[in-house]
Amino acid sequence: MNSWRDKLIYIILVGSASTSILIVVLIFVFLGKEAFSFIWDPGFSELWHTKWIPVSFKKEIFGILPLMTGTLLVTALATLLMIPFGVLGAIYVAELASDSERQILKPFIEILAGVPSVVIGFFGLVVLSPIIKHLFGLNTGLTALTGAILLAFMAIPTVLTVSEDAIQSVPRAFREASLALGANQLQTIFRIIVPAALPGIIAAIMLGVGRVIGETMAVLMVTGNAAKITLNPFDSVRTMTATIAAEMGEVAFGSHHYQALFWIGIFLLIMTFLLNLMAQRVLRKYQMR
Amino acid sequence: MLNKLSKLSAIIFLASFFIVGCSPKNGEKTETVQYLTIKGSDTMVHLASDWAETFMKTHPNIEISVTGGGSGTGIAALLNGTTDICIASRKIKNKEIKLASEKGISPNEIVTSRDGIAVVVNPENPIKVLSIEQIGKIYTGAYKNWQDVGGPDQQIIVLSRESSSGTYVFFQEKAMKKKDYTQDAMLMPSTSAIIQSVTQDKWAIGYVGLGYGVKAQDKVKMLHIKDQANSPEISPSVASVQNDSYSLARPLHFYTNGALNGAAKEFVEFVLSKEGQKIVLESGYVPVD
Repeated sequence: MNSWRDKLIYIILVGSASTSILIVVLIFVFLGKEAFSFIWDPGFSELWHTKWIPVSFKKEIFGILPLMTGTLLVTALATLLMIPFGVLGAIYVAELASDSERQILKPFIEILAGVPSVVIGFFGLVVLSPIIKHLFGLNTGLTALTGAILLAFMAIPTVLTVSEDAIQSVPRAFREASLALGANQLQTIFRIIVPAALPGIIAAIMLGVGRVIGETMAVLMVTGNAAKITLNPFDSVRTMTATIAAEMGEVAFGSHHYQALFWIGIFLLIMTFLLNLMAQRVLRKYQMR
Repeated sequence: MLNKLSKLSAIIFLASFFIVGCSPKNGEKTETVQYLTIKGSDTMVHLASDWAETFMKTHPNIEISVTGGGSGTGIAALLNGTTDICIASRKIKNKEIKLASEKGISPNEIVTSRDGIAVVVNPENPIKVLSIEQIGKIYTGAYKNWQDVGGPDQQIIVLSRESSSGTYVFFQEKAMKKKDYTQDAMLMPSTSAIIQSVTQDKWAIGYVGLGYGVKAQDKVKMLHIKDQANSPEISPSVASVQNDSYSLARPLHFYTNGALNGAAKEFVEFVLSKEGQKIVLESGYVPVD
């Protein structure tokens, strides 16, 4: 009786724990199934064109390169923006802030993390994009940079919170030894604590990047969605996520366009998968020390 | 006392559900439900659903189902006898009429409403008139500067709807002579995003449904359009769309088999009534007269 119940509970626990594995596998299988036949009709090489023209009276072109460069440009810019704010913010919150300051700062960081991306996107469209336009003297405020700033807003709480944990888990002895040797507080922070917490900070940044790559709504609203290959932050770009979100709703089921959208999904999944893998590696290294 | 009262009100509350729940059932016994299927143009699906919803409120004995798929699909369904009403944003082709007579079906055309597209620019833009050819060249990327159409030396910011929109294809067909959009065109997720962007960006050009353009008249300028370089300029208005003098417009049709009767007749009468035409205006289209 007892062993039977133990077994049942064990099965339930194992089942719940492995649901994520099952879901990930199912997602891969499902994406693959929908996208598979694109490989021979019209051919896998069709995905490597430099143009994305899914609706045309002449010939549809499903080149995902402009979408990839769009995603990479926005992600790179957002990463550059979120590192200083996220990491320096974490250093302040973990090392320098007084208790009362921390009690004000922490809830606001958490609120920022919880703002829905549509709301951030709307803010970007109405408030941020005119500012960007006037600041840089552009003709339009719908640029890769605008999207990157919004994404940085969204990723900063993640980077800040995880970096703060990393900094706080540096052993007290490091700090005390450094101070005892005559280093002042800033020297201790930047020469001892930050280097010791660096792997954790890198993992935090990677989690932030993962958030940025997968974000849809905000970029759909502010990057202008012109599918062209560019490295200029003041150009408008179309990201992979925005393309899927904008076009999946009306695409004919099973068409080449539909399959091409699934291929975008697969590449996106592979990109975030690799990022997570790298973050895991770095984190593990950090925990072994 | 209070307890008794709340019990009593609960009983009344539940009883009211019972009575309300019963009454339509009693109705069904005396009147049979009539089904009406509508199929065709994706442009008209939302409009047709709006009509159907309002119509069914006053005609509980008629059930209407609306599906899209494109005007061609709708006409095919009419010829195969699988739909009662076909919605089509283009006229039936001679080939299709011939095919219909072979199958013993006589398509009956009803113009339900009109679709007009207004080309909009910022009020500060000095350009007032463009020909269809000029608009086409702007959208295909042949013209990149306002100088090319007699304006100031400023880069043109080309705004378009998403490729999933019916308006995208309509505009491509009518204004761009079926050529592909330029890669620099920024695809906006909604009509309101285009209006927002044209309001903010002095050198942008966009297109919106006439109904939306009229509503936003204080924020954007609707361009007058010349069909040919030497033909008269026509301002987009309800009147010019109705008398077919405005180039970027088309009638939206119903096609039925032979003369109307029963539920279909009632529905068409509703669509052409004042109330039905009010829905047309609310959906951003143009009423018949």
